[in-house]
Amino acid sequence: MAAPCVSCAGALSYRLFLLGRVSLARRQGLWQTAAASLQTAIGSQILRLMHTTVVTTKKNVPASRCETYTEDFIKKQIEEFNIGKRHLANMMGEDPETFTQEDIDRAIVYLFPSGLFEKRARPIMKHPEQIFPKQRAIQWGEDGRPFHFLFYTGKPSYYSLMHEVYGKLLQIEKHQNQLRAKGLLPEKTETKDLIGSRWLIKEELEEMLVEKLSDQDYVRFIQLLEKLLTLQCDPAEEKFVQKFRRSVAIQSKKQLIEPVQYDEQGRAFSTSEGRRKSAKAEAVVYEHGSGRITVNGADYLLYFPITQDREQLMFPFHFLDRLGKHDVTCTVSGGGRSAQAGAIRLAMAKALCSFITEDEVEWMRQAGLLTPDPRVRERKKPGQEGARRKFTWKKR
Amino acid sequence: MAPALPRLLLAGARPGRRWPGWLQTHGSGRTLAGAPAPAASEPEDSEAHRKILEEPLRHSDFFNVKELFSVKSLFDARVHLGHKAGCRHRFMEPYIFGSRLDQDIIDLEQTASHLQLALNFTAHVAYRKGIILFVSRNRQFTHLIENTARDCGEYAHARYFKGGLLTNAPLLFGPTVRLPDLIIFLHTLNNVFEPHVAVRDAAKMNIPTVGIVDTNCNPCLITYPVPANDDSPPSVQLFCRLFRTVINRAKEKRRQMEALQRLQSAKGAEGHGAADPPPRVDANRPL
Repeated sequence: MAAPCVSCAGALSYRLFLLGRVSLARRQGLWQTAAASLQTAIGSQILRLMHTTVVTTKKNVPASRCETYTEDFIKKQIEEFNIGKRHLANMMGEDPETFTQEDIDRAIVYLFPSGLFEKRARPIMKHPEQIFPKQRAIQWGEDGRPFHFLFYTGKPSYYSLMHEVYGKLLQIEKHQNQLRAKGLLPEKTETKDLIGSRWLIKEELEEMLVEKLSDQDYVRFIQLLEKLLTLQCDPAEEKFVQKFRRSVAIQSKKQLIEPVQYDEQGRAFSTSEGRRKSAKAEAVVYEHGSGRITVNGADYLLYFPITQDREQLMFPFHFLDRLGKHDVTCTVSGGGRSAQAGAIRLAMAKALCSFITEDEVEWMRQAGLLTPDPRVRERKKPGQEGARRKFTWKKR
Repeated sequence: MAPALPRLLLAGARPGRRWPGWLQTHGSGRTLAGAPAPAASEPEDSEAHRKILEEPLRHSDFFNVKELFSVKSLFDARVHLGHKAGCRHRFMEPYIFGSRLDQDIIDLEQTASHLQLALNFTAHVAYRKGIILFVSRNRQFTHLIENTARDCGEYAHARYFKGGLLTNAPLLFGPTVRLPDLIIFLHTLNNVFEPHVAVRDAAKMNIPTVGIVDTNCNPCLITYPVPANDDSPPSVQLFCRLFRTVINRAKEKRRQMEALQRLQSAKGAEGHGAADPPPRVDANRPL
């Protein structure tokens, strides 16, 4: 996506960059090539009047030349960014020394309000290192000798990483063999805390190494690391392996648990809302009760004559084996009977989270009791009878 | 011998190929517009430089590689053990001493002479600051070979060999890439028992090769074949050690020769100066 990136250089001159794939250099290059082709076209017209110049433009062909930004170019961009940051701070009336990236973002949103839906298409002003992709410096010296000893493999960083990990593996195995020979090998195996973290994905590894990898390369690398983990390693090796793991936020921790409130009689209760289609419900679940559910002032047996709806209301309690232990009072409006039942179920489940353990919250989440159902009625389209149903097709 | 070696190295140079200053013949018309030319150096420099390069070529074994191994040491490292008679390659028959219980035995006398030639050539290439690439596709020794290459400051490729690495290098790496000046094969076959692609590609790109050929390998396209066992760990470790020693020795020799030449040129410059001050011996000169 091409995005205008604003950098304030000079007094009031704004230069627009194109984000990501297309750079200013390439645009200038295109202009230059366009100018050159124009000149050659004119030249050919002058010299060879017999030939007709056919301008063939390649369409839908991506640029084969990879954009290389020289180090000087990047340095210049960084200087301009810093100068522009100070100008922006002065413009906004803030202190240039303590102007952070969040302030820059707010200032740009204020100065260049954009109604575009695509976030990446809006004007941004970020440090050039985040905009221009990381490049590889030149790989060999003046005499032509490459710097890296695995340069001729084509993927020096990846293969040197594999070499290093394999070296560590051999070292640990040798150490363990020595200990085993002396009989000093500790028998216990400590299970490492791998839950809550995941391996790097292939794209992240490519970004780390600044190299293109194939799927087999990635799989081999992960297999090697897992083999390293099966051996008992020192803390130094564990730290090395942790570099290739990313933490994964456990989903249940994101679940907002309502605080428990107390009414005049001292009974503990918890309130929460739920929605389904166009029905809105609010449920108050009391901690100690006998399983009575009151909906809009009426008993649930009267409000929901259909068994299916009552089963929906029962589901959260039945799941946790707390069928007759809680009292519920709820209000509901909108929707139909099934939508109201679903809305109340969600509200009850969310309110119930305050009285149960974290594991039970996770089980409820995995059972789908805490997920709001996103399905809404699909609109009818013109030229069709309903949302999907088409008019009867007549052959003639 | 002296003019033959540069001619060998420069043979087949296409007009489009770039030759930076490190491999140019003096006064030859092959310098291209973009390549840095050493023409700016003084005549004495190029004269001394030429002497440094020509000095080893006057001796048959300048780096004394003969002392690094013996037939006994090759035998102890199980270098003579070949494959079964059924795996034998037709062109390896001259190098096979015989077969014992259906296993081929390689003639160690021939191995010794071939190895001496190969090590001598490697030393000369290292002395002239050439790029040496160790190639192998046997996964058992990948780690060892990469360590060997790193220890002598040269390069290794013991991984999956991409198709146009040597033949299409300007596209893969960049327009001014320098190809290896010597390729050492520690295993000539790849994982499916076919000749390694680099053997043919090196021959295409006029890069001399040194290769350890086992009884099931094809020694044809390799410049300095060394008939030996490439499957046993002691044998491969011995060869890695030999190549590493020889390369380090040659580089050390080159450093010594350059230091000596610098010392002599400094003394010469002092001698050419005014005769009144007696020649001082400056102890601070770097050796």
